[in-house]
Amino acid sequence: MRLLRELLFPAIAVLAAFVVGGIFVLIVGDSPIETYRLLIGSALWWPDGIGYTLFYATPLIFTGLAVAVAFRAGLLNIGAEGQLYVAAFATAWTGITFARLPAPLLIPLCFVAAIAAGSFWAVIPGVLKARFGSHEVINTIMMNFIAVALVSYFTQYHYRTPGDPIMESAPIGANAHIARLGRFLPGFPERIPLNLAFLLALLACALVYVFLWRTKWGYELRATGTNPSAAEYGGISIRRQIVVAMAISGALAGCVGINEVLGYRHLYYDGFSDNYGFTGIAVALLGRNHPVGVLLAALLFAVLTRGGIPVDAFTEHVTKDIVQILQATIILFVAAEGFFRGAVDRFGLLRRPKV
Amino acid sequence: MIELRNISKRFGTVRANDHIDIKVEPATIHAIVGENGAGKSTAMRIAYGFYAADSGEILIDGRPRRIARPQDAIALGIGMVHQHFMLVDTMTVAENIVLGAEPGTALTLDLPQAASRIRKLSEDFKLSVDPGATVEDLSVGQQQRVELLKALYRDARLLILDEPTAVLTPQEVEEFFSILRRMREQGKTIVIITHKLSEVLSISDDVTVMRDGRVVGRVKTRDTSAAELARLMVGREVLLRVDKPDAKPGAVALSVRDFSVTTAEGVKPVDNVSFEVRSGEIVGIAGVEGNGQTELVEALAGLVDPLRVSGDVSLGGASLAGVGARRRRELGIAHIPEDRHRRGLLLEFSLDENAILGVHYRPPITTYPGGVILDEREIRRRTTDIIARFDVRPPNPELPARALSGGNQQKLIIGREFELGPKLLLVSQPTRGVDIGAIEFIHRKLVALRDGGCAVLLVSAELEEVMSLSDRLLVIHNGHIAGEVNPKAATPADIGLLMTRGRLH
Repeated sequence: MRLLRELLFPAIAVLAAFVVGGIFVLIVGDSPIETYRLLIGSALWWPDGIGYTLFYATPLIFTGLAVAVAFRAGLLNIGAEGQLYVAAFATAWTGITFARLPAPLLIPLCFVAAIAAGSFWAVIPGVLKARFGSHEVINTIMMNFIAVALVSYFTQYHYRTPGDPIMESAPIGANAHIARLGRFLPGFPERIPLNLAFLLALLACALVYVFLWRTKWGYELRATGTNPSAAEYGGISIRRQIVVAMAISGALAGCVGINEVLGYRHLYYDGFSDNYGFTGIAVALLGRNHPVGVLLAALLFAVLTRGGIPVDAFTEHVTKDIVQILQATIILFVAAEGFFRGAVDRFGLLRRPKV
Repeated sequence: MIELRNISKRFGTVRANDHIDIKVEPATIHAIVGENGAGKSTAMRIAYGFYAADSGEILIDGRPRRIARPQDAIALGIGMVHQHFMLVDTMTVAENIVLGAEPGTALTLDLPQAASRIRKLSEDFKLSVDPGATVEDLSVGQQQRVELLKALYRDARLLILDEPTAVLTPQEVEEFFSILRRMREQGKTIVIITHKLSEVLSISDDVTVMRDGRVVGRVKTRDTSAAELARLMVGREVLLRVDKPDAKPGAVALSVRDFSVTTAEGVKPVDNVSFEVRSGEIVGIAGVEGNGQTELVEALAGLVDPLRVSGDVSLGGASLAGVGARRRRELGIAHIPEDRHRRGLLLEFSLDENAILGVHYRPPITTYPGGVILDEREIRRRTTDIIARFDVRPPNPELPARALSGGNQQKLIIGREFELGPKLLLVSQPTRGVDIGAIEFIHRKLVALRDGGCAVLLVSAELEEVMSLSDRLLVIHNGHIAGEVNPKAATPADIGLLMTRGRLH
């Protein structure tokens, strides 16, 4: 019942956004019904639709969780983008440098590299905040610029295959590849890049849930986020919680590198991220900073991304920009939730049960 | 002057006002008393146009009037002074007073004209407020008089005062009351919301008593007594004085020697303080708020950076130097903080989660594997235990702490801290914003804890409270211990002098 109530407003926001998007479609001269049928139908089509949708959802689950965990500690991690870039590069570097190691050693090593690098990149602004009180929003943004420039530089001048015109690293060793789900699922072609990292993302949702609500560490983190003074009173070190939350947040963002490098491209491709770190903020917002919500929100955003491609191709006028409009309006409506809450309250729909 | 007729107002399922009638005669002081949540403030906010009543009507001078917004109320000559002042600290008195009613044309501001009117008003009512002074330089009592001036400047004939004495010292209260009497002589009508019965008896002409959103009594002050009012308020007999056996002090539990706290700005809110608290006694600290009590208690609880404290503090003979809040709790120091919303509770968290704050990291709250997982069953057992023993209502451990009334929040905190089985209890303002029934309950619990052998250090701004609960009473002034008095022998006037001047003469 509580979960339903929590999901009601995001659901209303999504519906309202679809209505607004439909108006745009009408204005440019296509049928909203047809467009949405194409958008959603193609995203859920077996196997390519579903496969790509889940593949697109994977990085968003990780970044959504990353933002959500930081938010639960009262921190706004705008730096998931930089963290995932550093992590992806570190993964590729490990996969290239230790290419000769056997898979059972190399794959865990690459995982550790991704998680450690993402975590490290997030801990820096965490420590700056804990130690000097400098604001994490500014610092994570700055760290994004540094991360992007740094990995570009290394790709360009140190790890590019000589003569390759594309900004990408040499391939990682075959032992570092993780399996695509096509290998296990009958009737699911292996050309679809959906890989084991998706299962890792589901596992991460479960782990984050257990961590936040079933462990003393999660309790301390959430207590710090909701009322630092009271947390301090309860003997919790706020400084430590800030650093811990950023470390976990960065580690989750770093897992994007696993999907990208070990599961998909098998090399570091410069500029690979389609703003996953920033979309993660929207995902966390829509998912109410809860792992289940993050999962659903990431799936929704992935549906839009995947469905936008055929919409672009097969409608007369509508381009895939419709997806941008939908995403943006969803966020606007979620952010304006207070407005809805007032309106809905007036009709008594949400009256809390008597206590 | 004003009459609320058959007013009702619901918030969700709560009937804040249930067909109430209040009639205030002109040029009188009318007290509205009741426990927290009895509906006093709601009624007055309806009169001032903050809330719209669901039904009923408001009559001003016998004529029904529509008061939809505070502006309507002001136009009808109604002024309101809130419990929390609404002043801009960095502006002058005159600027604050004209705010929203600026004199002059659209583009010019005629402050000198305003200032002279304010000065005249201030003299008429002997408020002694300088219109040119900056608000942040004024004492709390003076700021309150600025609030009064704000209403008078807008030609208020009826002043509604919400808990006006909560922030004042005993001397300031007396002064404030003489101002109110002067206003009444000059024809103003005053409605005063309070739950302090002694004040009702000394200042008011008429009393309306509210309970559970209803008016349960209308009496002339001269025909009533504190006991009768208290009975009307809570619906049963109440002990106004704490009935307690003599203390049997044991060994020294807390020893504080030459203790100082220095802020980052170099100010010393606690300056070279020494005292002891023995097990089995309640030592009270009386003082006007802001004289170092907050800092003293927070430092003793381990919530102040060790670099900012100096001197010796020991518990049962063992030094507490450099010991953090968590370890202090493990050593048996419980702490009921003065600000329960800021310090004491995680308002968005459930009662379950609040009941374990401070012990959440260790068995029996944590369980396998590795002592990391929270044991939900143990937590629930603990919460239901606290709820039962401390009568927390509503008794639903899954509710967020925010959903509880102030008194019930406080009982939850007290229950949680008592669960520690403390050797020393630091308790600040245990009954602030708590209704009479709960005050009595909390007082009895504190005495019971003392009788169980706990040392209690009690800080309260309520003089009556520290005087009746404490076995020994220290008075703090300006960061110093101004003196120790015997709470049974000393008079409130003597203690008031120590509180405000730091000496008896």
